[in-house]
Amino acid sequence: MRALDIKLFRDLWRMRGQVIAISLVLAAGIATYVMAASTLDSLQRTQTMLYAEYRFPELFSGLKRAPASVLARVAAIPGVVEVESRVIAQASMYLDGFDQPVSGQIVSLPKLAPQFNQLRVRAGRLPGAGRDNEAAVSDGFAGAHKLQPGFAMEATINGRKRKLTVTGIVSTPEFIYQLAPGSIVPDFKSYCVLWMNRDALEGAYNMTGAFNEVVASLDRDARVEDAVQQLDAILKPYGGLGAYGRKDQVSHRYLSEEFKQLTMMSTMFPAIFLSVAAFLLNVVIGRLLATQRGQIAILKAFGYTTASLAIHFVKLTMVIVVIGVALGIAGGRWLGGGLSALYMDVYKFPYLHYEVRAEIVLASIAFGVIAGTTGTLFAVFRAAAESPAVAMQPAPPASYRVSLFERFGPGRWLSQPTRMIFRNIERRPVKSLLSIAGVAMSTSILILGGFWGDAVDYMVFAQLRRAQIEDISVTFFGPVSRRALYSLTSLPGVSYAEPVRSVPARLRYEHRTYRAAIQGIEPSGVLRRLLDTNLDPVELPAEGIVLTDHLATMLGVRSGDVMTVELLDGSREIREIPVTGLVSEFIGVTAYMRRDSLNRFLREGDSATGAYLAADPASVDHLYTLLKKIPAVAGTGTRARALASFYETLAAQMLTFAFFNTLLASTIAIGVVYNTVRVALSERSRELASLRVLGYTRGEVTYILLGELAVLIFAAIPIGLVFGRALAGIMASTAQTELFRVPIIVEPPTYAFAALAIVVATLLSALSVGRKIRHLDLVEVLKARE
Amino acid sequence: MTKVYDMGEVSVHALRGVDLELFGGEMMVLLGPSGSGKSTLLNILGGLDRASGGTVLYRDLDITAAGDKQLTQYRRSHVGFVFQFYNLIPSLTALENVAAVTEIADKPMRPEEALELVGLGDRMHHFPSQLSGGQQQRIAIARAIAKRPSVLLCDEPTGALDSETGIVVLEAIDRVNRELGAATALITHNADIAGMADRVVHMSNGHVSAVEINKTRRNPRDLHW
Repeated sequence: MRALDIKLFRDLWRMRGQVIAISLVLAAGIATYVMAASTLDSLQRTQTMLYAEYRFPELFSGLKRAPASVLARVAAIPGVVEVESRVIAQASMYLDGFDQPVSGQIVSLPKLAPQFNQLRVRAGRLPGAGRDNEAAVSDGFAGAHKLQPGFAMEATINGRKRKLTVTGIVSTPEFIYQLAPGSIVPDFKSYCVLWMNRDALEGAYNMTGAFNEVVASLDRDARVEDAVQQLDAILKPYGGLGAYGRKDQVSHRYLSEEFKQLTMMSTMFPAIFLSVAAFLLNVVIGRLLATQRGQIAILKAFGYTTASLAIHFVKLTMVIVVIGVALGIAGGRWLGGGLSALYMDVYKFPYLHYEVRAEIVLASIAFGVIAGTTGTLFAVFRAAAESPAVAMQPAPPASYRVSLFERFGPGRWLSQPTRMIFRNIERRPVKSLLSIAGVAMSTSILILGGFWGDAVDYMVFAQLRRAQIEDISVTFFGPVSRRALYSLTSLPGVSYAEPVRSVPARLRYEHRTYRAAIQGIEPSGVLRRLLDTNLDPVELPAEGIVLTDHLATMLGVRSGDVMTVELLDGSREIREIPVTGLVSEFIGVTAYMRRDSLNRFLREGDSATGAYLAADPASVDHLYTLLKKIPAVAGTGTRARALASFYETLAAQMLTFAFFNTLLASTIAIGVVYNTVRVALSERSRELASLRVLGYTRGEVTYILLGELAVLIFAAIPIGLVFGRALAGIMASTAQTELFRVPIIVEPPTYAFAALAIVVATLLSALSVGRKIRHLDLVEVLKARE
Repeated sequence: MTKVYDMGEVSVHALRGVDLELFGGEMMVLLGPSGSGKSTLLNILGGLDRASGGTVLYRDLDITAAGDKQLTQYRRSHVGFVFQFYNLIPSLTALENVAAVTEIADKPMRPEEALELVGLGDRMHHFPSQLSGGQQQRIAIARAIAKRPSVLLCDEPTGALDSETGIVVLEAIDRVNRELGAATALITHNADIAGMADRVVHMSNGHVSAVEINKTRRNPRDLHW
């Protein structure tokens, strides 16, 4: 082995603590990237494969009812390649041993295999030909209730009860994200999708010879907007509910939103982590070069070229890079596997091939090399290019001056050691600032971890404890007169009922449209309220429509503008309405009106499509049983379940990610702080040893070293807290999706945790350095030149 | 007293049995080639290193038996060090470098006084980087004597200086030795310096090979090399 390489390994071994710390920081950055990028990549590839394999359509429309003959006209739309009609039925299910309400939809299966949205049978088989009482069930629901083929359940379709035997468990690209209408997160226990033979479903749902949904595939060159327009025109007389392309298909849309978030995760976090790693490498290599100034000079005097010395130090950096990248890829693969498994719990992909592809590995290596080299190349070349004669001279004593702090502050009365602390900080302002920046960055990354938890809690608090405080929500099959409410109020245990009128609509402003529900709520409601940014209830204006701010932004509409509303309830009427206010909501996208105003807008009497109930908690279970028996009731839900499913799904994802993030951020914090301390020690050991010789105690010497560190850390923490809050704001605005807007909420415990983690990292580093101070070689320092 | 460095498989006998006394107010020059053990001896006298065998007494204190705390206290109160490479604290001014020691000493002189003693009263507010090598070494001497040490140990104080500057430094040492009466031990491998001593101890190979007593101490100004 060449002498220079032996030196390389000795140097690395001597600095092993720092090598490990920097490698870990680098690994943290690479791991975040690999985790997010590989998960995103695997999910997207799986999605594409599934869509092709199981034929996910490109055009969709629901309608009230159309005779089968209409389908030919749909097929004739230019650009449409294939069409298929379906019958979709809303139903409620009863499961022995599960008291809570279960709602669902039933999808018709054609005699032959469906052309679109083909099913992957995961267990059992599809309903047999001519078997009217057999159904296949969605995998999410089957999993949540541990159903096996052969299980019997009861379904109410069109007001009539029917016994069904589950023949198989299936999945399909249409329901990767399985969401009950009106809810924000999947609840696999209380929402299910069933597939039945078309004949049976037509009979049960009064759809013989007719259909109420159409799906189609499009030509490669066809414009979705054109096809939507033409399909809407054809279906208008049949109560068309508004056609839409893939981007508005519920499951697809939610997946796209999720992918957006993963994209953000795979870019922002690694960028932050890797820049910290680059910074650390720069500091450590810079320091190493300073200590080896004499050695470099001697090697050059022996005839080593500048290039060969530069390569020597680049090699040293690369060893750190290789360790970091290898650990990062392995760690990222492990975390990515975990994250994918989590996605599989929520998103019902029939299968997922989790894989870290070569592209991602190569990109990781590139990121590692870039972070490593940008941090060090400059310092390496400058040192290697120095003339041997200059480098062999002892470095002149560093220039110092009286610190500003002493001249103008209380520093005039400080002891010499304290003065040394402040002068050291002031003498190398860039270095001090960089140390502060590094620690502040770690602090801010730590805040990001806790921020997700705070945001989720705040969202839940705002939505489910301030805005929506009913105990039970009831949905009717269609609009009912207000009188129906009296029958709800009279149920035992119900203390109060509040009606709600909901209607799907396509909102349009200029060329921008969005499909959302308009909710007509009571002006002075107590169970369902609109909130301002302080979470105080807002009074709904008597006329006009109120939008959530996110919806207003998407439509580009402001308060006072007049917006077009296309009702998608079958009437397909188009009206104009002024926007009279904006509210903030973190979850979902909704438009609000006063219920009486909406009733007038819809030209109907005092009617409702649902109700919110306040009920005695003890009687809630009994109430379900009673509500199930009311024919008009399509579904029921509870806040408790909504909360539970929110935490189980969205929150679980965010919090798992937050946990990984905290883990990595803590690694970075320890890495940065440990390095700062170690660099300070190696720069000052000679000075400290001299002081020990002069009679300073270990405690006093430790004070000088750690005092400087403490000043830097305590300067960095508040900056880091402010910076972390800003970073949370950037994250929140990037993470803004139709699903939810993340509020910028950082609670005191999160700040405290971040600060505490830094202090603990500092104490641990101080302990390790304290040990080194105890073993400072007092004799050696007197012999050696600076 | 002996000192053996245990270097794994080899043992290096730095001091093979040295028997020596240093008297108050005396100027002793330790002369010898490198490797003769003079630095080791000085380090042990100063409480920086421990003897392997034998006893070192400072008045009634057995330095060989003292713990780290006692040694720190010993250095703090009684010993002044001057090093070949000055070892000043670059972030402190001349005055503050001296004050760094007087602040922790029992009955120190004022730092200004110490600097005047070495002829640097007009450079008190300069930082080490603003001073020449000789001036830096004189600050180091001022720092060493400001605590009024009873033992002043100088390890090649002129080793890094040219002869003219070296003489100025030696004058400073000579002066503080006379005025403060500290027992002074000065290491050098430069035989010409021996003239300024009361007693010259020749060392070679870990032994005291010869002791000369000068009838008169020469003024450093009259030395040449």
